[in-house]
Amino acid sequence: MTVIADERRAAGFSAGNRLWGWLKNPWGRPRFLILFTWAYVLWSIVPVLIAVQFSFNATRSRTVWQGFSTRWYWGDPVDSVWHDPTLRHALVQSLKLASADVVIATPIGVLLALGLARWQGWGSRPSNFLMLFPLVTPEIVMGVSLLLIFTQVFTFIGTGTTAQILGHVTFSISYVVVIVRGRLFSIGRQYEEAAADLGASPMVALTRVLLPLLTPAIVASAAVVFAISIDDFVISQWLSSGGGTDTVPIRIYSATRAAPLPSVNAIATVMMIVTLLSVTFGFLAWRVFTRGERRASAAEDFGGFTI
Amino acid sequence: MYRRWLWPGFAFPGILWLIVLFVVPFYAVVAVAFGTVDPILSRPVPIWNPLQWNVGWIVEVLHRLAPGGTFFGVAIRTLEYVGMSLALCLLIGYPVAYYIARHAGRLKGALLILIVLPLWISYLMRMLAWVNLLSPDGYVNRFLTFSHVLSQPRDWLGGRPSTVILALVYGYIPYLILPLFASLDRIDRSHLEAARDLGASPWSAFRHVTLPLSKTGILGGAVLITLPMFGDYYTPNIVSGSPSTSMIGNQIDLYFHQGPQPTIGAAITVLLAAFLTVLMAYYMWTIHRASREVGAAGAV
Repeated sequence: MTVIADERRAAGFSAGNRLWGWLKNPWGRPRFLILFTWAYVLWSIVPVLIAVQFSFNATRSRTVWQGFSTRWYWGDPVDSVWHDPTLRHALVQSLKLASADVVIATPIGVLLALGLARWQGWGSRPSNFLMLFPLVTPEIVMGVSLLLIFTQVFTFIGTGTTAQILGHVTFSISYVVVIVRGRLFSIGRQYEEAAADLGASPMVALTRVLLPLLTPAIVASAAVVFAISIDDFVISQWLSSGGGTDTVPIRIYSATRAAPLPSVNAIATVMMIVTLLSVTFGFLAWRVFTRGERRASAAEDFGGFTI
Repeated sequence: MYRRWLWPGFAFPGILWLIVLFVVPFYAVVAVAFGTVDPILSRPVPIWNPLQWNVGWIVEVLHRLAPGGTFFGVAIRTLEYVGMSLALCLLIGYPVAYYIARHAGRLKGALLILIVLPLWISYLMRMLAWVNLLSPDGYVNRFLTFSHVLSQPRDWLGGRPSTVILALVYGYIPYLILPLFASLDRIDRSHLEAARDLGASPWSAFRHVTLPLSKTGILGGAVLITLPMFGDYYTPNIVSGSPSTSMIGNQIDLYFHQGPQPTIGAAITVLLAAFLTVLMAYYMWTIHRASREVGAAGAV
């Protein structure tokens, strides 16, 4: 390796050789990796920023920049996010599904996490196993399953908003369990045991000791559920009954295949900001509530749970 | 009595929910795939009793999946696209995860946030971004014609396999980098120092210490992105839309959303789920073996 590099260097200082020599890094800093990593980061984020840029385009083009305007958000009387009824409905539908999902999935998930962490009798192992399945099942398999059950068996529900909410809760519960259970493990059992020693019944120990300690995980998991529900496309699409039940991702999907306007970029930008705000809120809540405990690792804990 | 039932009672609503809306629905797919079709209404009729199952549909789909069948090309293409995307994700993701875990120093936290960020941007938004960039007068074509790489704009979105693979890599790579980072970050540096002290070159220390120790991260991340990629149908639809790049997920989508025969769609879904279960079982077995090997090495 070095011999070849030396020969190349001796062959003359063309720009390419100089770059090679610089990348080969004689002082121990992995320059190639630095460049590669930053190139990756740019590649992963810049396209999205360009899409955001074009949501502010002054003309109907999503590819040629012709000046800044907010017409696609509210200025345009027909096609803007604010005035186009299909886009506005999609926005409302997405927020409706996400809110209902948070309200239903968070309590069920928190209870399930508590139950699975403390219950050791018959049935606890298969239940733990079952809880993991929604996390690894491809969404299309879940979409097909739910579509068939709502059109063949639970026909009184059918497709539409109710089915979409039930579907979203089904894939969200496991995320809540993973986040809350992680927190339960890091708390340990000593606080509960102390409460029991002081005469508290399990129920009192739970509500007076454990629940306050779990608050950061509950808030964080609610924020995560809100975000994954808003970003979900497959389940919403399979359980949509068309028209009024289309969510924002479904709108983006059908618009990219038809003739899209920058208003699609605008509504995608709005949803992106909502998701990022929700996740940031969850993260900050986690940081504030867990202040003082192993501070450095709080970020990693939260990041780890979101995998 | 009350104490004994407290915790299972807590788990009960969640377990019940998952049984009614996850297990039973999947069984419904199986029942439809092994069911019959109403001859007049041509609607699927599920058969719930396994003893009366009709294997006709599964056999037919298997026939079509075999060489010469109508699904053979799609199945091979799906394997190709997923394989290529996985290889590219690993080639790009490993150095990035390695750098952040090992050398990022003060920038570690900031880089981690930048790596996690795409996970919180809607997948559809990220695909939309590439549709904008790759359209005939988009930035990519303008850059390539401006720099004379291409003499005229290329139709990137008109059914090119390379575009679909790029989109898959772009869509799924963040899910691979995180577990890779986690496994690389856990490696105890003293192992590496020991290898270097014993005379290993940086490369052989990497090959014999770092790489084997990050195996669980590689496998875990690979499984995490392969499973959804096998079921993907929206990515090829968005960035290509052509039947020449359709994957197995597109077939399922087609049979349910446009085609007249959901039964065939259900049969493909069951076979896909079976295939992915085998993949998953292989992964679990490898992890189990790896942990046993590490345990054995620790005992020595």
